[in-house]
Amino acid sequence: MKKERRKLDGNSFLLVITIVLFLVMYAAGCILFKTQGFAKTQNFLNLFISNAGLIVIAVGMTIVMITGGIDISVGSVVAMVCMILAWTMEMAGWGAIWSTVFVLAIGLVFGFVQGWLVAYLKIQPFIVTLAGMFFARGMTAVISKEMISIKNEMFLSWAQCKIYLPFGGYINKKGMLIKPYIYPSVIIAILVLIAVFLVLKYTKFGRSIYAIGGNEQSALMMGLNVKRTKLKAYMLEGFLASLGGFLFCLNTCSGFVEQAKGLEMDAIASSVIGGTLLTGGVGNVIGSLFGVLIKGTIEAFITFQGTLSSWWTRITIAAMLCFFIVLQSIFAAAKEKNKK
Amino acid sequence: MENIKKLTSKRLFMPLFCLAVMLIAAVIASPDFFKIGIQNGVLYGRIIDVVNRGSEVVILAVGMTLVVSASAGTDISVGAVMAVVAAVACAFTAGGQQSVNEYIRNPFLGALLAVLVGILCGCFNGFLVARLKIQPMVATLILFTAGRGIAQLLTNGQITYVRVESYKMLGSSIPGVPVPTSIFVTVLMVVLTMLLLKKTAMGMYIEAVGINSRAARLVGLKSTMIIFLVYAFSGFCASIAGLINSSRIYSADANNIGLNLELDAILAVALGGNSLAGGKFSLLGSVIGAYTIQTLTTTLYAGSVSSDQIPVYKAIVVVIIVSLQSPELGKLVRRLKAKFSARAGKGAVS
Repeated sequence: MKKERRKLDGNSFLLVITIVLFLVMYAAGCILFKTQGFAKTQNFLNLFISNAGLIVIAVGMTIVMITGGIDISVGSVVAMVCMILAWTMEMAGWGAIWSTVFVLAIGLVFGFVQGWLVAYLKIQPFIVTLAGMFFARGMTAVISKEMISIKNEMFLSWAQCKIYLPFGGYINKKGMLIKPYIYPSVIIAILVLIAVFLVLKYTKFGRSIYAIGGNEQSALMMGLNVKRTKLKAYMLEGFLASLGGFLFCLNTCSGFVEQAKGLEMDAIASSVIGGTLLTGGVGNVIGSLFGVLIKGTIEAFITFQGTLSSWWTRITIAAMLCFFIVLQSIFAAAKEKNKK
Repeated sequence: MENIKKLTSKRLFMPLFCLAVMLIAAVIASPDFFKIGIQNGVLYGRIIDVVNRGSEVVILAVGMTLVVSASAGTDISVGAVMAVVAAVACAFTAGGQQSVNEYIRNPFLGALLAVLVGILCGCFNGFLVARLKIQPMVATLILFTAGRGIAQLLTNGQITYVRVESYKMLGSSIPGVPVPTSIFVTVLMVVLTMLLLKKTAMGMYIEAVGINSRAARLVGLKSTMIIFLVYAFSGFCASIAGLINSSRIYSADANNIGLNLELDAILAVALGGNSLAGGKFSLLGSVIGAYTIQTLTTTLYAGSVSSDQIPVYKAIVVVIIVSLQSPELGKLVRRLKAKFSARAGKGAVS
């Protein structure tokens, strides 16, 4: 009994709050917008479909935030990735597979440079990634200022390949069975989520990340290679950012300069709402998933409501971010007191 | 040799050196850089343009310097706060209409209200950072995310125009005075802040808190209060910059006012030779840094680089500067040198 109680400390409590919040919000949506079909299985799956890229990016963000860092370049990296995909396929005539491999490699390199600056030169992650953010966004404009739509057949076939689920269907008015469907991007996102969850939980690399985030000095004294682990974390993050960008591009099938503006804030907010501590050392990718879903639900609310401006999404997310940050700091203060 | 060493070890040497390099580059890029003429009774020329357009960055940098010094963090909400302030000013003076040709309400009252809102935003940041001990960057992230949304709501998602000559004066010039108004405002802001810091002990307090906030508290300084005030001041600076920018375009464009200016301000602080890890600071350095950046921006514009490509260059400059500032780089270079000389030594022996 005692063990069970101890398990639910402040951080798990935050995760529980997040999950409950999501369920309550979704239930409220189902009741409020019952006639418009909010409760349909497809609507729930749409949360995943429209946010597949963000899930992957938020997972990457969580990794970096556990090390005690932050990466605000992801939104721009997504824009750059989409633009490179569009440009290489449409202007340079590359195949879809080569373009994809190329952008993933670019993500790795981007992560490597940022990680090297953070880990080996000990520059504040915020400053490094701020520069990265401006660099990537600027590069997008350098490649092309015009919007490029992707017409590559193979790429479009990836984007439009519907995978029907065997359950959750319903019969429509004409008596036809409508099955809910997802896109391959959702499957990739879920696989990434599971893989990172396992890596963080069961591998040496994953545990080192937590150790470094908890206390860098102690981690160093324990004999962990702090610099290399951090570098690896940022590289993984850069890779996930470009993969997220690829998934994002599957949704939009185009590249333009203003794309994914503010996405980094969504990713950070999702991680924080999901219980990742900003000071590092604590975090869970499952929480981040729910953070993304909450953001998706807010967006769905606004779409279904119809009259609210899209700016309310940003304001609601900021308010929620504020709420959770304050909650975190209260928990941290309580912990300090307990120690004394 | 001795003299050179003395000169290079001066605090403001690096910032001034950067500015000089930038100016030389600007002159090479466009030979008429220093030419000053008079057009419509106002000074005109590229150098004037730099000083004029640089006003917002300088004012923001003043606030940012103190924030960086006291809290070892940055206030990334300043650009968004500028948008909010502009929205308040325009929405108030235009009385909620989208475009007006005369004031519906008193413009001074509007400006005052706008500045108050700006300070309030700063206080919000300050409360989160000082009282709740949240990392500065994350605390200001909230307004960074929400600010433009709030500004959109205030202006109903549209650009609100105040097409009145006197509203444009702050951003352009007062009739009969050849120097752009914003330059006066900037000088006033910088001088007043400097006096405040030098004539009172405030500057020392801020540095003390930045170097070690616990120790500062133990010697009797109210660290929390000082950090709070610094953020409120940054909000004040952002609101002045917001008013100037709004006056320039005689409107409130929630999406574009102050866009990316937070980076410029942070960059100015770093270029000014101030450590982003807090502690000692040089306000003059930041001001020089701000003008350096404005020179870079203006030169790039003149070199037909479009506004959305400029960030690439700025990002590269930031990375180079902060890398040079990093003490780790020195260690790394020394280690590499040692390695090479060891290898060379071995080669000589064998």
